[in-house]
Parts: sequence; structure tokens; C-alpha cells
Amino acid sequence: MGSKDETCFAISIIIIIIGLIFIAIVRVIYVVYRTSKPLRPKSPKPLSTLIVLGSGGHTAEMINVLSALQKDRFMPRFYVAAATDNMSLQKARVLEDLLADTNGGKVVSAKFMQIYRSREVGQSYITSIGTTLIAIAHALWLMIKIRPKVILCNGPGTCIPLCVIAFLFKVVGIRWSSVFYVESIARVKRLSLSGLLLYKLCIADQFYVQWPQLQRKYPRAIYVGCLM
Amino acid sequence: MSHRLPLCRVDRETHKAWLCQRLICEYNLCIKKMGEIEDSENRRMVFVTVGTTLFDALVRAVDTKEFKQELFRKGYTHLLIQMGRGFYTPTKSEAEDGSVAVDYFTFSSSIADHLRSASLVISHAGSGSIFETLRLGKPLIVVVNEDLMDNHQSELAEELAERKHLYCARPRTLHRTIADMDLASLLPYPAGDATPVAKLINRFLGFPDD
Repeated sequence: MGSKDETCFAISIIIIIIGLIFIAIVRVIYVVYRTSKPLRPKSPKPLSTLIVLGSGGHTAEMINVLSALQKDRFMPRFYVAAATDNMSLQKARVLEDLLADTNGGKVVSAKFMQIYRSREVGQSYITSIGTTLIAIAHALWLMIKIRPKVILCNGPGTCIPLCVIAFLFKVVGIRWSSVFYVESIARVKRLSLSGLLLYKLCIADQFYVQWPQLQRKYPRAIYVGCLM
Repeated sequence: MSHRLPLCRVDRETHKAWLCQRLICEYNLCIKKMGEIEDSENRRMVFVTVGTTLFDALVRAVDTKEFKQELFRKGYTHLLIQMGRGFYTPTKSEAEDGSVAVDYFTFSSSIADHLRSASLVISHAGSGSIFETLRLGKPLIVVVNEDLMDNHQSELAEELAERKHLYCARPRTLHRTIADMDLASLLPYPAGDATPVAKLINRFLGFPDD
């Protein structure tokens, strides 16, 4: 009798686990399917926006994109840059100050934050595993605080943990955020590592490239011409 | 009343002298300015920039005799090198007959001014440097750093060279590029445009087009 009860219990546990895994898989498939499908809101409201700044040329390209976006639709804005990069946030601050001036000194809701980088330029792939784990923990903390509806990024690695967490938030149902990735103008023939990851894993809702050769190689990408 | 007249005369005299002096002064200034203008007209500067990178191979390449001779043959008078984090220091020299004047510095906050006053820019392959120079409409030679591990940067330089917006070279072939280049054949680079991206993002999120 006792052993029969135990086997019954074990079987039901296994069934529950299998059921949960099944639900999770179905949910992941649904999220992947829904990602890259345009949103159809009844009355579009301003969306909280997370802007991931790369460095140097990446930041310059992102600033160009931001200048073309309607600021009243994308607010509040959260800027995130690597902790080793002081210049990028400064450039974003200049942009926001400029906006505040044109708005007649009205306070714009913009926040500036720093994040640990998963991999420095030239760092070996093996040691980057450890640093990536730290970066993920920090990214999780930031994402829980911000829970953005829109994520704008254009590489390098800083955006990967944030985008993966955004995907998990979609699966769990914490927040549905749309991820836009613009591949750097420096990439003409091959995608960057971050770009390739977001493309292959279907994490980016819209994946933009700046050269027609790349679009031919990666058909789900959208060719938008040069930003610089 | 009696003492006023001589004083007036003295005043007039000093005024005349002062006027004369001023005229001479202004004439001198004028001559000097004209000289300066002529000087800046004759001054054709080549600006070499490595940005924040370490690119000694390029600094070494522009410090060679054959490279400087090639520059002089092409009518350039000055060579200014921004050497960044490099360890190799080039040799400074004054302009003499048959050679260019060479000067260098490590970093500067006024890179834009140097780019503006240059007649030719030789740059590392960073996209920031490339587009800043192209936007100023300056002739540009991009030198690809062959020592970098993941050398995707050559892609951009080669693509823009294929579209005739700039010349692409390697440190070893730079002097040959200078010798063979024809700056008149370069095409101006059209300014980039972010509005297509902005439009697509808006449309995806369900915002109406304006």
C-alpha cells in the first residue's frame, strides 16, 4: 500500500513537472511568435524607454536615432552605459539638456545609469564567462527597477544581458517590451556577436542593418540606410 | 588766453604725430595680416589621427623618409600627427626646402579644429573619425590596423573606398597610396538619415505617422 502511494505521488509529481515544462515551452514559442509582430494599441500612450549606449561610434549612431524620435512618445527615458565608459552618458546628458532648453526649461524625465560590462574589447572568451555572470545579476536588478516597454540598442555586448532578461520578462509575463536593435554602420559583411545573438535567438522585435549586403545575408533584418 | 594758442599748436602737432604713428602701425599690421593670409594659403597640412587607439604602425609609417618625400612632392607643407596611446614618438622638424614640417601631440580636445584646417586627413579605421572627416568634406585616407584581433573595422573602410568616398590603405602601402591618389576622383559623402528607423519604430509600436 505504502509503496503504491509513493509511486502514485512520484508519477503525479512527474506529470506536474512535465506539464509545467510543456506550458513553459508553449509560452516561449508564443513569445517568439509574437515578437516581431507589430503592436496594435487602441490609444497609443507614451512608452517608458530603455536606451543602451555602447561606446564611441555606437553612441553617436544611437544619438542620431534619438534625435529623429518623438520625445513625447518615448518617455520616461532611461540611459544605460558601461561602467568603464564615461563619455556616452555625458553625450546623452548633452542631448537631454538640449531638449530641456527647447522645451523652455521643462524638466524632462530622463535617468542615467551605469552597468557592468560582460566583455571588454579584447578580453578572452573564457574569462568573460565570470564577468558576464556579474553583468547579468546587475542587469537583472536594473531591469526589475525600470521594466521598460521599449528597448533601443545597437551593441556592443552591454545590451545582451538586458535584452535576454527582457525576453524572460515576456515569457514570465512581468512586462512585454519591444526590442529594437540597430546593427552598427561598421558592420558591412558580417553581424557583430551581439547582433548575431539577438538575430538568431529572435530576441529583437525589429533588427535593422545599415548595408544592403547584410540584409541579403540575414533576410529577417530590415535595411534602413546609413545613420551616419 | 595768451597761453592757449601755443598749447593748441602743440596739441595739433602731437595729434599729427599720433596719426602718423597710427597709420604706420596699421600699415604694418596690414602687411603682417597679408603675409599671414598668404602663409595660410600656402600652408597645406596633412593631419594624421589614431583617435584613442594604439597604432604605432601608422605613426611609424608616416615618420618614414619616403612618405614625407611623397607628401612634399604632392605639394603638402605640414604634417601633424596625433599619436594617441602610441609609444613610438616621431621626429619633429621645421619646414626646409625639400621637406615638410613635422609636429605631433598625443591627445587634444580640439581634434575637430585640426580636421578643419587640414588639406588631407589620414585616420585609423574607427567609424567616429571616418564620419567626422567625411562630414567636413575633407579628403581622407583610412589606414587599417592589421594588428587588431577582430578586425571588422576594415569592412567599413573598404566599403566606403569601393564607393569612392575615401582611400583605404595599410601602413606598409601608405606612401604608395599617396603617390597614386587622385583626390578629384573622390565623391562627397551624403549625410546619414535616421528618419527611416524612427518611422519604422513608430509604426511597429502603433504610433500614427505624422
